[in-house]
Formats: sequence, C-alpha cells, structure tokens
Amino acid sequence: MTGDSDRSLFWQGFRHGAPFLLVILPFGALFGVVGTEAGLNLAEVMGFSVLVIAGAAQFATLQLLTENAPAFIAVATGLAVNLRMVMYSASLTPHLGAAPLWKRALVSYMMVDQSYALAAAKYEAEPDRPLSQKLAYFFGTIAPIAPLWYLSTLIGAKIGSAIPPEFALDFALPITFLALIAPGLRTLAHMAAAGTSVLLGLLLAFMPYNLGLMIAALAAMAVGAQVELWQERQAR
Amino acid sequence: MTASGWEIWAVIVGLAIGTFLTRFSFLGLIGDRKLPPWVLRHLRYTPVAVLPALIAPLVLWPAATGGQTDPARLLAALTTLGVGLWTRNVILSILSGAAVLYGGLYLLG
Repeated sequence: MTGDSDRSLFWQGFRHGAPFLLVILPFGALFGVVGTEAGLNLAEVMGFSVLVIAGAAQFATLQLLTENAPAFIAVATGLAVNLRMVMYSASLTPHLGAAPLWKRALVSYMMVDQSYALAAAKYEAEPDRPLSQKLAYFFGTIAPIAPLWYLSTLIGAKIGSAIPPEFALDFALPITFLALIAPGLRTLAHMAAAGTSVLLGLLLAFMPYNLGLMIAALAAMAVGAQVELWQERQAR
Repeated sequence: MTASGWEIWAVIVGLAIGTFLTRFSFLGLIGDRKLPPWVLRHLRYTPVAVLPALIAPLVLWPAATGGQTDPARLLAALTTLGVGLWTRNVILSILSGAAVLYGGLYLLG
C-alpha cells in the first residue's frame, strides 16, 4: 500500500470521480440556463458556480432571488441547504486534519457530495494510507468534476437550452449516489443507519430549508453508533 | 427579479463565504487534534446517514413526474442498490440502473 504513489492515488480518484459527470454536466448546464433566464448576466451566473460550487444551494438561492426575497434570506436559505457540509467536514477531519492549513482550505472549497462520498468510502476501506495519498485521492475525485461544473454552467448560460427531459437525467443523481452507498452497507450498523436515514428523510421531507435532512442524518448517525456499541457488547 | 447588480454580488459572495465556512468548520478548527471516541463512532456513519435521506424523496417522489411515484425510476433505483450490494462495483451498478431506467421508460412509457 505504501508502494503506491500519490500520482497513482490521484488517478484512481480521477477514475472514480469521472462517472459523476453524468450528474454534473446536466445539473451545471441547467443552472446556466435557469440563472440566465432569471436575469443574471454571464459573470453573475459564473460567479455562483465558481465561488460557491454547490448545486442545490445555488438553485435554492436563485429561486429566492427570482421571488424577490430579501438578500439575507436568499443567502441564509442557501446556507441551510448546505449545512450537511459541516458533518462532511467533521467526518473528514480524522483523515485530513493533519494537512497544512492551505491544503485543508483547498479541500474545503472542493468539498461536494461526490468528492466527499468517494473519499469517505476510500478512507473507511483503507484507513492506514499516508496523508499525502489520502489528499491525492480526494483531489483526484474532484479533478474531473469541478472544471466541468464551471464549463457546463458556461455552456448552459451561452446556449440557453438544457438537456431535454426525455433523457431522464434528473435521475442520474439518485442512481450515482445509490451506486456509491451500496458497497458501504457492510455491517448491521451501516444498514440500520441507512434505514433510519431513508425513513426519516421521507417522513421529514416536508420541513423547509432541508431541516428534515439534518434531523434524519443526525438521528441515523446516532442509530449507527448505538448499533455498533450493541454489537461490540454482543461479541464479548 | 428586482435585485440590483451589487445586491446580486452581495448574495453570491455571502453564499460563497458562508458555504466555505461550513465546509472548513471542523477541518479548519480541529485540524489534527484528536476527537473523542464517541464522536468518531458517530462520524463513521456520516455518509450512510446523509446520502440516503438526500435521495430517498427524489426516488419516491421525482420532480420530473410532478412528484408522482414512477415505476421506471423506482425499479431503476432498486436495481442500482441491488447490483451495488451484490457486486460492490460502482460502475456496474450505475450502468444496470441506467439500463433499467431507460428500458422501463421505453416499455412503461
């Protein structure tokens, strides 16, 4: 394992990140189209995708801008949608916390659902890899995603037409995430956490600002941890 | 939209800084200090706790069908999950799910 180079880990991350372009390309193009139709100029549309780089939060904020909501409400809503990133940040800290500050800042800028989920799965499967390899893998996963997020936003804004709905690319997001989660359901604790997450995610979907997602996630983490403890006691 | 140019840029920059801070929070403040074991035990379940709740409503109530449960999409999701559990192969499960989705949309219309 230590025989692997940072370069090989980077390219492994790149290969693992590439399938998510199925999600990134249509989603980025859609933001370009919707943003332009809402009246943003090219610099503003690109400002969202380059500076914020968080699809769901961008759409939520844009929606409120078009409804003429006050600016701070628009920002607060986008931030609420992104609150799950705090949990992602905490979960990466045991693996990447020893990196220099500027690298941790770069990881933070590039922390999206896809790069986080791939890296978390990698670090859980191979926790003993050196820090440099863990970082290389993370940056590899985002290397195909971030540039094409910018580019697809630009293309959407310039051309003004999204990919037609017949292609059902709306469903690329659920399919790619399901494919990513399934191999991680290794233990009873993981399955109990995922089951809790699905159940509460559905029951609390009515809540505004993605609050249901946050509650479902925190409850599911607690269930996973409790089942793990219970299993450890059984094993003794 | 009635927001002026500077208001739009204030929203973009505010959202950018706020989003960065949520992502940087623990990575930036905790760094390489050790987290207590009970925290680590919870954090181990972060991916399987967040992502299923994120996608479950999208699977059962897709916006593309106006929130109506769509048999083709539901079957595609179950296929992806099943193939993923069985083979542990991400690419293969994505391809299987896509095949069932397009097959289902074609047949069930």
